[in-house]
Amino acid sequence: MHLENYNPELFYDELFAELGKPRPSAAPLIEWMKELPLQELQQHRETAQIALFNLGVTFNVYSDSQGIEKVFPFDIIPRIIAAQEWENLEKGLKQRIKALNLFLGDIYNEQRIIKDNIIPTEIIESATGFLKPCIGMKPFGGIWCHITGTDLVRDKDGAWYVLEDNLRVPSGASYFLENRRVMKSTFPEIFQTMNVKPVDDYPSHLLETLLNLTPPHLSDPTVVVLTPGIYNSAYFEHSFLAQQMGVELVEGRDLVVVDGYLQMRTTKGLRRVDVIYRRVDDDFLDPLVFRSDSLLGVPGLMNVFRQGRVALANAPGTGVADDKVVYAYVPEMIRYYLGEEPILNNVPTYLCWRDQDKDYVLHNLEKLVVKAANESGGYGMLIGSNSTIEQQEEFAERIKANPRNYIAQPILSLSRVPTLIDDAIEGRHVDLRPYILHRGDEIYVHPGGLTRVALKKGSLVVNSSQGGGSKDTWVLNH
Amino acid sequence: MLSRVADSIYWLNRYIERADNVARFVDVNLNLMLDLPDGLSQQWEPLILTTGDLELFKERYGKATPDNVIQFLTFDAKYPNSIFSCVQLARENARSIREIISSEMWEQVNGFFMMVKDASQRPVRTTLPNFFTQTKLASHRFAGVMDATMTRNEGWHFGQMGRLQERADKTARILDVKYFYLLPSVEWVGTPLDQIQWISLLRSVSAYEMYRKSQRRITPNSVAEFLILNREFPRSIHFCLKEVERSMHEVTGTPIGTWCNSAERSIGRLCAELGYLTIDDVIDVGLHEFLDQMQKRINEVGVKMWETFFAIEPIVNKTTTTMSQRLGNMSQTMG
Repeated sequence: MHLENYNPELFYDELFAELGKPRPSAAPLIEWMKELPLQELQQHRETAQIALFNLGVTFNVYSDSQGIEKVFPFDIIPRIIAAQEWENLEKGLKQRIKALNLFLGDIYNEQRIIKDNIIPTEIIESATGFLKPCIGMKPFGGIWCHITGTDLVRDKDGAWYVLEDNLRVPSGASYFLENRRVMKSTFPEIFQTMNVKPVDDYPSHLLETLLNLTPPHLSDPTVVVLTPGIYNSAYFEHSFLAQQMGVELVEGRDLVVVDGYLQMRTTKGLRRVDVIYRRVDDDFLDPLVFRSDSLLGVPGLMNVFRQGRVALANAPGTGVADDKVVYAYVPEMIRYYLGEEPILNNVPTYLCWRDQDKDYVLHNLEKLVVKAANESGGYGMLIGSNSTIEQQEEFAERIKANPRNYIAQPILSLSRVPTLIDDAIEGRHVDLRPYILHRGDEIYVHPGGLTRVALKKGSLVVNSSQGGGSKDTWVLNH
Repeated sequence: MLSRVADSIYWLNRYIERADNVARFVDVNLNLMLDLPDGLSQQWEPLILTTGDLELFKERYGKATPDNVIQFLTFDAKYPNSIFSCVQLARENARSIREIISSEMWEQVNGFFMMVKDASQRPVRTTLPNFFTQTKLASHRFAGVMDATMTRNEGWHFGQMGRLQERADKTARILDVKYFYLLPSVEWVGTPLDQIQWISLLRSVSAYEMYRKSQRRITPNSVAEFLILNREFPRSIHFCLKEVERSMHEVTGTPIGTWCNSAERSIGRLCAELGYLTIDDVIDVGLHEFLDQMQKRINEVGVKMWETFFAIEPIVNKTTTTMSQRLGNMSQTMG
């Protein structure tokens, strides 16, 4: 396998410092790969892909009437994060989640941050994720965002940025768990020499976080995972996590509110549910409070929740902080609530509701990424450098029509990782989604997380729905 | 266990078993038709008759030609009891309870569906016998894997009930096929052709060898007795229903011989009757009439099970419930 000529080009490469020269943390892996014939690497990729398919690590494609799931493409060259670097990320993420959680509690109660003129009230009230029914709510232990999957990226110079916080129902944990399982069986030798932090205990941490949400007098609380059902694109993950935690996977139709408590229908009658790890969006949780046409939720659930008789993870309403305009204020939140300087940077963000920013954005569309404030998954987005004049004009119109709903950011040259493409190793852009669990007195960051990779040459979009794949993420012990 | 989950694991097993039995149906007929003496025309309609879906078939295909019947029963994605549909539905059910069943079970169902799907894309007559063999094997494999990897918990028992209830029903129907076969005239009874038909029938339920060991000579009454009343042969109606009864009582904890819900009562009555019947009683009623009645009774057990275990309605203000109950499975599949 020839890697002497691998060229990071103008990008920050996670494994190579410069042409043919690996970074110290990646050196053992690269040396080992050099000894490996290309065919063998390809074979390993084949085996890994088959293993993932057999494990059923899939996502659904909505349009396929036969309900056939697709395997999330997987690249066998791992992404490596050095110990020191991880330590810093960990600190930064803890700080950020702590502040965001305080923000959520504040914004649905006292709203001090508005009264102190840090964030304009119009911004909060116009955020689609801001849910009026959540005003005055006090979730158990003051925790709103129990599980967060923050998206991080690196620019040309290697600096880390937070791209999105994903405080609602981030998915992907099952992929990094299964990726690791496959990597361990594919490359046991090199895995051992590299001293990689293990990730297999994520389900235990998750269960612990959920069990933490019940008052101590409940001796044997019932935890469930709530899924929209088998046609949801992340169904595999819902089922996988329920299985790994040993808890029931329920759908809305399994649940019912009786006598003021949430109950599930079992073959032996009704049984009380104490904690829900819900993978159903806020809007669909309770037809009596949110969308009345929802069949995915449970009528009366919110009432039970408000009375503290069932815990929801995450709490409804966290989406307000996923609004991309609100996102721009996170550094301010960190200063305001914690009195600290942010450890992790935001991507500089132009807010189109500010006239000055809007003018700049409209005049520089080709240099910017424009995003709708309330979209995710790579939708509702314009990447200036890859767009036609018509597309730019269309976005300009949209921005003028609804400036509040648009933000723009400079186009970052996301970092790359060597990736096996057909019969060559080429650099491909990646992001990183670590998972952060908030347990009140402790915030836990799971080592690594999901590295998503844009398999299309030059592409910056890593979403699975748009041709992205994933890699195993190796956080080194030292 | 969640009612929905119990329902899914029950149907997962029923559908696998149904696919298996449809393969047996068609396979036995293919064999029989090869043994017909010159001058006798092929009979494919009896096969459709036993499924109880003759009307639907006539509407869709008209005449019962070999190709039509085979297509209908094996690969027709629009016919809910075709092998293709059964395996697809089994897979859907399995997918909704993956965290309950073992991953090996899932892999079996998934592989089974991929195999059927592949075959359905190039349905060639010459490869059909192999396809039916593969189908039966896949069903056996699934049952074996489930047996070897799943805890004997409530889920396992519901699965068991699904499989054996389906098997009892299908054994009744397969035995009934013979009723519909027209021998050219009464004189043909007891001739080699008649013998060959009975042998094929026994083969189709994997009973030929076991039958020979216990009964030796092949007579209609003994075959019927073996497939209806035998207490040890795992595809006989009595054996299957006894197992259903046993599993049901494992779930409820009620001792066998007593009952605390209508499902236990209906299976208990049925088993008790079978326990004290002789084949002469059956013949007195008429074999076809008896089998017809038996299918209805087995159906009724299914309905009672649905009411007792799967469709648990909470006592709440009806105006606030907008639950989307999945009654679909029941209406779509009792055929």
